[in-house]
Amino acid sequence: MPKLLDLFLTFARIGGLTFGGGYAMLPMLQKEVIETKKWATEEEVMNYYAVGQCTPGIIAVNTATFIGYKTCGIPGGIFATLGVVFPSLVIISIIAAFITNFAELAVVKNAFAGIRVCVCVLILNAVVKLFKKSVIDIPTAVLFIVIFIGSILTDISPIIFVIAAGAAGIIIQTLTQKGKSEGGKQA
Amino acid sequence: MIYLQLFFEFFKAGLFAIGGGLATLPFLSDIADKTGWFTHGDLADMIAISESTPGPIGVNMATYAGFNTGGIPGAVIATLGLICPSIIIIIAIAKILDKFRKSPLVNHTFYGLRPASVALISAAGIMVVKMALLDMDAFHASGNILDMIKYKEVILAVALFFLIKKFNKLHPAVFLAGSLAVGIILRLGGA
Repeated sequence: MPKLLDLFLTFARIGGLTFGGGYAMLPMLQKEVIETKKWATEEEVMNYYAVGQCTPGIIAVNTATFIGYKTCGIPGGIFATLGVVFPSLVIISIIAAFITNFAELAVVKNAFAGIRVCVCVLILNAVVKLFKKSVIDIPTAVLFIVIFIGSILTDISPIIFVIAAGAAGIIIQTLTQKGKSEGGKQA
Repeated sequence: MIYLQLFFEFFKAGLFAIGGGLATLPFLSDIADKTGWFTHGDLADMIAISESTPGPIGVNMATYAGFNTGGIPGAVIATLGLICPSIIIIIAIAKILDKFRKSPLVNHTFYGLRPASVALISAAGIMVVKMALLDMDAFHASGNILDMIKYKEVILAVALFFLIKKFNKLHPAVFLAGSLAVGIILRLGGA
């Protein structure tokens, strides 16, 4: 299959199975992009998510553009992004045309109460995997705890957390490397 | 002309909404005020619909407003408007990242960004758990902490957890479809 078509179809599948916003996309990305297609590694997807959170636009769209670009250049970025929004376009057009009180339908309510439970478990599994790759030492553990608690208890924008964490990463790494090289000189 | 306006308004929303999730909401509400393409009631409905259909709320709202204003071409153009800034900005950033991939500065930044990203996802996950497994209204009404737990949902979650562990080669869609069926059979939505 041509790579661009493959990108479009894979991201259409991911977009069609992502219920509840950008974060719920993670389990699908892990399955399709990392495990099956091997278009990106776990760390790269994590990097894209982080950048996607502090740049304009929708996280799911930003992540699709990133992975598409990495796989196939600019056309890849465009095809992956069109793929990820395609299911929404079709589904919402149908709903807008035919169903006026879609979210009130009993069968819809019940079905999605069930789906939400599954999304919880899928996100939990995805987070556990990512946690092992990203929280690798004491400074990263501290960053994780502070931002986790901070974003639950306060209204601080995720952008602030992301920028602060990037700065903290630079400072921590620079200091530890300085410490190491000085330690090396003394020895 | 209406197509151009649709493209432009949603282009602005895509350009200025940072952080995903409901970050597009204030911009959508602004579009509602200015153009009358949809009402604030429509917007509230769309949040409910977006929770129960796949896809980001911003994309869903663009499609909905575009469809109501200009049929299928309108839906396509509004959605393209919304995602256009992302495509341009992310490709520019990806190019820069490519160039500086070996740079220690980029690596150091990501060393800090990755745990931050996992923390933000975990915090968002707590919100989903609250919505799916806990009944805050019943808890506030009775004050009894046991009323807070949706037992059927929690049992389903535990069952799914072990099933996914055991059959981790299966596509997540299989488990989503299974949960959808369980939801309808057990009337988990209470409807």
